[in-house]
Amino acid sequence: MRDLAFYALAVILLASAAAAVTARSLFRAAFALAAALLATAGFYLLLAAPLLAAVQILLYTGGVLTLIVFALVVTGAPAGGAALRRPLPAALLGVAVFAALASGTRGFGAGEARGGLDSGAAVGTLLFTDYLVPFELLSVLLLGAVFGALLLARKDRLE
Amino acid sequence: MTAGALLLVAAAVFSIGLFGVLARRHAIGVLVSIELMFNAVNLAVAAIAWSRGLVAGVVLVLFGIAITVAEIAIGLALVLLAARVRKTSVLDDLDTLRG
Repeated sequence: MRDLAFYALAVILLASAAAAVTARSLFRAAFALAAALLATAGFYLLLAAPLLAAVQILLYTGGVLTLIVFALVVTGAPAGGAALRRPLPAALLGVAVFAALASGTRGFGAGEARGGLDSGAAVGTLLFTDYLVPFELLSVLLLGAVFGALLLARKDRLE
Repeated sequence: MTAGALLLVAAAVFSIGLFGVLARRHAIGVLVSIELMFNAVNLAVAAIAWSRGLVAGVVLVLFGIAITVAEIAIGLALVLLAARVRKTSVLDDLDTLRG
């Protein structure tokens, strides 16, 4: 059952990833990205990390997809911009990088995993004890990103 | 399901995203591909954390997701700015710095 779910999710993830980079319409690419992100959330559920799956769907899929679709609407869906530029060298480099990465995964094949990530309680405790400083720094980063985005997108700045 | 198989899937998604970054003409298409690559890295971290039973890996992935969201917000603001000032989001046309 687990293996079946794994293969199904892998097929969905790879197919939607391929669609996200090759789709003619950028809107289709954005929704293929959403499918890929949701399939990743499914993987997190398989890894017994429901907290990650929830964050992935709420923050990543919901937030990022909204932003991307909004940007597509504002900039106007491109007519000539959707085509691929010199796909062959890019594909060759992609295959080479995949080969390099795949050769590095060999040591992880053996043995069933220990498993049991789980438990939002443990994650929350870690987040507010050992990783409190990075957590607070992250809030500063998000604040900076919000201010930066506002500043960049302001209308009266350049006109 | 083993961590090795998951890492293979993550590597494949990362490579597909790399292809997209190199081959897409439109800036938003490139950002979509970058998201795929980030997502693949997060998946790989989660797979390794799962295989070792490390809860700290989940924290790392959470940080990664938050940083990615900040990055995409700034990236899209830049794209919107370029679209307004230069009237295009096609990367080949944004060549002011070309010598």
